[in-house]
Amino acid sequence: MHEKPETLTFCRALQHLYCELPDRIAIYLQHAGQADRLITYRDLIHGAAAYEHALREQGIQSGEVVILILQHGSDLIFSFWGAILRGAIPSIMPFLTEKLLPERYRADLASLVDVTRPAAIITYAEFESEVRSALKPDSSVRTVMVTKAVGTPEQPDFETFGGMKRTPDDVVLLQHSSGTTGLQKGVALSHRAVFNQLRSYSQVLKLNHQDVIVSWLPLYHDMGLIAGFLMPILCAVPVVMMSPFDWVRAPQRLLQAVSHYRGTLSWLPNFAYNFCAHKIRDRHLEGVDLSSWRAISNCSEPVRYESHQMFLERFQAYGLRPEALATCYAMAENVFAVTQGGVDGPLTVDEIDREVFQTQWLAKPAVPERPSVKMVACGRPIPNVEVRILSSHGKELPERHVGEIALRSDCMLTGYYNRPDATEKAFLDGWYLTGDYGYMVNGELYVSGRKKDIIIVGGKNIYPQDLEELAMTVPGVHPGRVSAFGVFNEETGTEDVVIVAEVDTDDPEERERIAEGIREAVTRGSAIALRQAYIVGPHWLVKTSSGKNARTYNREKYLAEIAGRPWVMP
Amino acid sequence: MTEDVVNVLSEFIAKDILKQPSRKINPQDKLISSGLIDSFHLVDLALFVEDNFGVHIDDAELNASVFDTLDELVALVNARKA
Repeated sequence: MHEKPETLTFCRALQHLYCELPDRIAIYLQHAGQADRLITYRDLIHGAAAYEHALREQGIQSGEVVILILQHGSDLIFSFWGAILRGAIPSIMPFLTEKLLPERYRADLASLVDVTRPAAIITYAEFESEVRSALKPDSSVRTVMVTKAVGTPEQPDFETFGGMKRTPDDVVLLQHSSGTTGLQKGVALSHRAVFNQLRSYSQVLKLNHQDVIVSWLPLYHDMGLIAGFLMPILCAVPVVMMSPFDWVRAPQRLLQAVSHYRGTLSWLPNFAYNFCAHKIRDRHLEGVDLSSWRAISNCSEPVRYESHQMFLERFQAYGLRPEALATCYAMAENVFAVTQGGVDGPLTVDEIDREVFQTQWLAKPAVPERPSVKMVACGRPIPNVEVRILSSHGKELPERHVGEIALRSDCMLTGYYNRPDATEKAFLDGWYLTGDYGYMVNGELYVSGRKKDIIIVGGKNIYPQDLEELAMTVPGVHPGRVSAFGVFNEETGTEDVVIVAEVDTDDPEERERIAEGIREAVTRGSAIALRQAYIVGPHWLVKTSSGKNARTYNREKYLAEIAGRPWVMP
Repeated sequence: MTEDVVNVLSEFIAKDILKQPSRKINPQDKLISSGLIDSFHLVDLALFVEDNFGVHIDDAELNASVFDTLDELVALVNARKA
């Protein structure tokens, strides 16, 4: 990032890295069961140049969208940067997993294509027919390119690359969240926005050339894409990349990689702290030394004090330092980080009165002998971001009052791609409304809940309406008589999904069949495993005056009922 | 012996992974390719097999092409014990 901000673009940054640091290692690429592959900046640009060449031959123009449907590996990395060199706009879509029904995947892909109107899709030869079958005859997609057809790495000729003609305010990439709803809202980011984020965030992180980032995060998610891919590559900090599939089957791989490469920085969703603490055995940790880890940022789902403690207790004997625990509040619409805590000093923990918090929306310091909650601060806004807490009337609230988190920065999204309606709704007087609730104390942000109905499972945003739609396809379940919501699970440190469905039958066997049908439909249609499909009789579900499904009330009613507590509509 | 292993594994999957203790898992039911066992729980299955039968299943083997049903998993366990 040596060029002046006024002219800096991804392609120019790559050219600079290629000329100045060709032999520097950009990526240590890991695959289970194989030796790690070292990718220098020269390798990276040569691999990307082959993709640029193939895209050019296919007539893909600057400013056109290219969707990448590839798994963890060098094809995904090279095709992303190849699209950048071409001046095209890459967007990474999750690959089909075993449990997701191919029909569902095709429907999601079709809805993405309808809104985003990509010119090309890059995938594997084995997956080409799957992709083609999702495209309509009049589709915007002119080319389905397969990785096998791309030539060998080649010398770049930067002057011929369309990417060199892109300007800082052009859109550089799109990020989508998952599910039918998420895929219809692509966050479009400009070169300028990304560099403004990286400049500000790298300063807060004290990012330096001794750093090594270690990541297992998927690249279709902002945390993996920005913190675990773009930031290290553009800032010339090496990154160890492992597959999310390898990590979830053997979480010790993360700690082994940190130990082996003297990793300093990682980002993890809250559930990963519980997952590592519970599932890694001592025999997996022989010789592991975690003392190099200086900041592990808990990010992308609510931060739990208990999860941090669990992680620390489990791994302190292996050199994990308490001061390495950090937090970050981030969102794709701001490129990534909004706030960061725990880098300059230890994390702040605010112990508040639970009841006052729940009933008066006030974070009052706890007093002895009353139930309390320990809130972990997400830190201060990074230098280029301003944060405000707003009341339901849009007025700024004082310290310790809970309200909606709003932000303003020079790294906001350009818009939701081809969705001016959604973009307009997201802002109020120039402030972006996050849909999250929180409060501020001493300049630090505490995130306490959500206004929007999104469920966050393992750091992944899930739209409940997508799951409700799936449940409604089950015979015996009726439209509008289903409610999906998240319930926090202490053991796993993330949310479980529950679906309540009203049915007409009293027959227990029939109800069991419907419950099983809902589980199956949701798993195969969204890759989410339900905690419970809760079957109830007519008139159980709470409706709001607008006639809409009131998920929050249904959640409370469900929790009361399974705990045997009475519940009345507030 | 084989039947015992099937029963122990079936009970573990129903109770600890699916949290549906009364559920019966048939030896031919597809576990992985059907999505019945979530990827987050594959490691639990591997650890359970290792702790209870002394058989190591490598993480690279935790996929449907190596075993997808209880029958196939039991065959794998028996082959390694032998």
